Amino acid sequence: MKIDPSLRRIGAVAIAALMLGTAPAALFAATPDDTLVIAAAIDDIVSLDPHEAYEFSGLDYVNNTYDGLVEINPTTLELEPGLAESWSVAEDGLTYTFKMKAGLTFSSGNPVRAEDAAYSLQRAVKINKTPAFILNQFGWTAENVDSMITADGDTLTIKVDKPYAPTFLYNCLTAGVASIVDAEVVKANDVAGDMGNEWLKTNSAGTGAYVLKSFKPNEGMILEARPGYWRGDAKLAKIFVQHIPEAATERLQLEKGDVDVARALTPVDVEGLSGNAEVVIQQDVGGQVYYLSFNQKNEQYKNPKFLEAMRWAVDYQGMADTIMKGAVVPHQSFLPQGYLGALDDLPYSLDIEKAKALVAESGVANPVVKLMVRNAADRMDVAQSVQNTFGQAGITVELDVGEGADQLKAYRARLHDATLQTWGPDYPDPNTNSSTFAENPGNSDEAANTGYLAWRNAYEPGEMDGMSKAAVLEQDPAKRVEMYATLQMKHRETSPFIVMFQQARQTGVRANVKGLYTGGAVDAVAYWLVTK
Amino acid sequence: MTDIAPPAPPSRLLSLLRQIGTTVFTLLVTFIGLLAVTFVISRVVPIDPIMSILGERATNAQIEETREKLGLNEPLWVQFGIYVGNTLQGDLGTSIRTREPVLDEVATRFPATLELATLATLLGVLVGVPAGVIAATKPGSFFDQFVRLVALMGYSMPIFWLGLMGLLLFYGHLGWVGGPGRLDASYQMMMEFELTQYTGMIMVDTALNGRWDMFANAFSHIILPASLLAYISMAYISRMTRSFMMNELGQEYITTARVKGMPERRVIWVHALKNVMVPLITVIALSYAYLLEGAVLTETIFAWPGLGSYITDALLVADMPAVLGGTVVVGLAYIGLNMLSDLLYKLVDPRARV
Repeated sequence: MKIDPSLRRIGAVAIAALMLGTAPAALFAATPDDTLVIAAAIDDIVSLDPHEAYEFSGLDYVNNTYDGLVEINPTTLELEPGLAESWSVAEDGLTYTFKMKAGLTFSSGNPVRAEDAAYSLQRAVKINKTPAFILNQFGWTAENVDSMITADGDTLTIKVDKPYAPTFLYNCLTAGVASIVDAEVVKANDVAGDMGNEWLKTNSAGTGAYVLKSFKPNEGMILEARPGYWRGDAKLAKIFVQHIPEAATERLQLEKGDVDVARALTPVDVEGLSGNAEVVIQQDVGGQVYYLSFNQKNEQYKNPKFLEAMRWAVDYQGMADTIMKGAVVPHQSFLPQGYLGALDDLPYSLDIEKAKALVAESGVANPVVKLMVRNAADRMDVAQSVQNTFGQAGITVELDVGEGADQLKAYRARLHDATLQTWGPDYPDPNTNSSTFAENPGNSDEAANTGYLAWRNAYEPGEMDGMSKAAVLEQDPAKRVEMYATLQMKHRETSPFIVMFQQARQTGVRANVKGLYTGGAVDAVAYWLVTK
Repeated sequence: MTDIAPPAPPSRLLSLLRQIGTTVFTLLVTFIGLLAVTFVISRVVPIDPIMSILGERATNAQIEETREKLGLNEPLWVQFGIYVGNTLQGDLGTSIRTREPVLDEVATRFPATLELATLATLLGVLVGVPAGVIAATKPGSFFDQFVRLVALMGYSMPIFWLGLMGLLLFYGHLGWVGGPGRLDASYQMMMEFELTQYTGMIMVDTALNGRWDMFANAFSHIILPASLLAYISMAYISRMTRSFMMNELGQEYITTARVKGMPERRVIWVHALKNVMVPLITVIALSYAYLLEGAVLTETIFAWPGLGSYITDALLVADMPAVLGGTVVVGLAYIGLNMLSDLLYKLVDPRARV
């Protein structure tokens, strides 16, 4: 066969092009020795101002660039002194005194003073961004915060409006919104009275192990270690967080060694990586809980036997193992594992016969549950499993599938019958979930207590409301733990909520990377202990 | 006998001015139309941006306040008026999610897409046009069948699959090309600190800085997504070229040229090709514009920080100012390319110069 000469020419061009493409292969190197390269989805970042950041990726950043008065130890996840050396609470439970550590400096070189701490907490309250409510719980407002929080020499005095449980304050002080910023630097970058808010979106001014070198939204972030970090110098000089939203892409890069850590892997990717000796999967829990809830405007959901029947008609373990493939672990109480007072026991399991018997006992005839579920694959799978097992127990489930934001609107207006939802805690204290699951300040439609999950489900928690309020005022930490345990047991037996799972995190790391702690349910990631 | 003055030839300047006037008017109408359509669509979609701004914890008072602040309580036509006014002044609004000016965000994203789309179109034209021409000269031959098969595959294969497979093969297994992103991590960091950025297009900037190592790295990253997109546009271009050429080669002047003994090569590559240039320019411009609007899936798979992924990300969180801003820029690119192809017509076809 005669080959067209022009064809031959095209072939030559194609081969040349291919060779050109191979040439740069020689330039490829693994990630630099002094840099941790992380692939993650960081499009949730709204702001890098520590007093505004309130998303997972933003708080990861804050945890490595700023510190609070009280900190969470990244390895044990227990409270430890941060920038404060010691503290005490007055007898009346209303005044706290923090003594600052001596000799610490900000990345600018400025010394860390009690004034900085006072300025920071005041600033967080005054700029009043999303996470400010965590601090406002202590009765602080833009008007009174200057007198509630004062500095004198190396001592910071904090006043609160009620004798709260001291652990409540300490836990809230570990949140990102309570980070201590360099008052002098921030004041110098004030633009039109914004208290440096604009400037802090692209600069850091903290005491953390790292400083921000560069940030491009939805592209990446570069952090550089600074010498003299009070917890010991960071082991790696640079952290490069690259925005890689696609999980399959992350996995490929991790396998190739082009990234050291992949944080947005799906269970499918994790499974695919299982035989790879160069990659280790770190298992950890996150703070989100997955729950079913039932609107008590529908009388059938006030029937205790019927509620109990449904609790025995959920395949907790089966779903965690198959549908969710390790993205969740079974969990049945409203406080996630890792929280003060969390319960790890699993009293309920799938028992169709028992559920059937309870439905019969309840007297609810031909029960129908209209389950509102958002159109995400994993949610749909869970809803279908529930539909299946409820069906076996004689409860018909009709799925109402829709878009997430729309459903949230309906849920907040109490227009649902039943729904499958997740809830992530707002701050590392049990009160965050206890108040929303077990308190309802007023059940009328007009009250519109949309922030309370109990209200959204028209649920009157009765004595549990008081138990939750008492727990946040309990001065004895051991007793406080006990109170939350009792509260959760009662809640999971009687409320119209069925907590099913807690989120699990699976992080892929190269085998040579050691010491990466992702913070569990209560804290954010810590980079300064990582070696490679 | 009276002199009848011949009608004064229209002054060239006047005709030029009229042409420019018409063009600007057309542009303006098109642009306002574009704004109207995007605006209406953004208001018709049943997504309430408030929920995505404030999230689950918002109180009703906060919701109302934000609604007021964003002007969502104004009548629709007032909102549209404000929107057009601002856009004409170069203010595309503020992204709801990041609270940054949309114009700034789009300005950092567009060069990445431009770089990718330009390279892809260049590759697509360089391969697609000759392939189409050769296929047309030998209809039914092995080469023709081959080109048609390849084009058909380009049309019908999902780019998502093709992209992942390409990554798996050329990056994962063979290691011939760089992975996702525009540079390796180490170069990416160098770029932040050591490179003067003139255009935002990495290959151009690295060349202007004389950083050829970085240039090579950038090339190794762009070549796979660019080839992928080039393949898609090549499929389109080669098919269209083939059919234009087939049509042209059946014309009488071609027969005449052949009868006069003109070398076949000249007949095809000079006479026939020159005449298909006009429709071909439209095809190429359209395919270029299509790529400029950001190949969304390609940008996602290759973690390419371009306009397509920007608009998609914004859409997913109902960040309408960002979606609108991005769409307007894409629309402008379309309008600009249309103008450019009009200009090119006039260069290649004297009849269009009137």
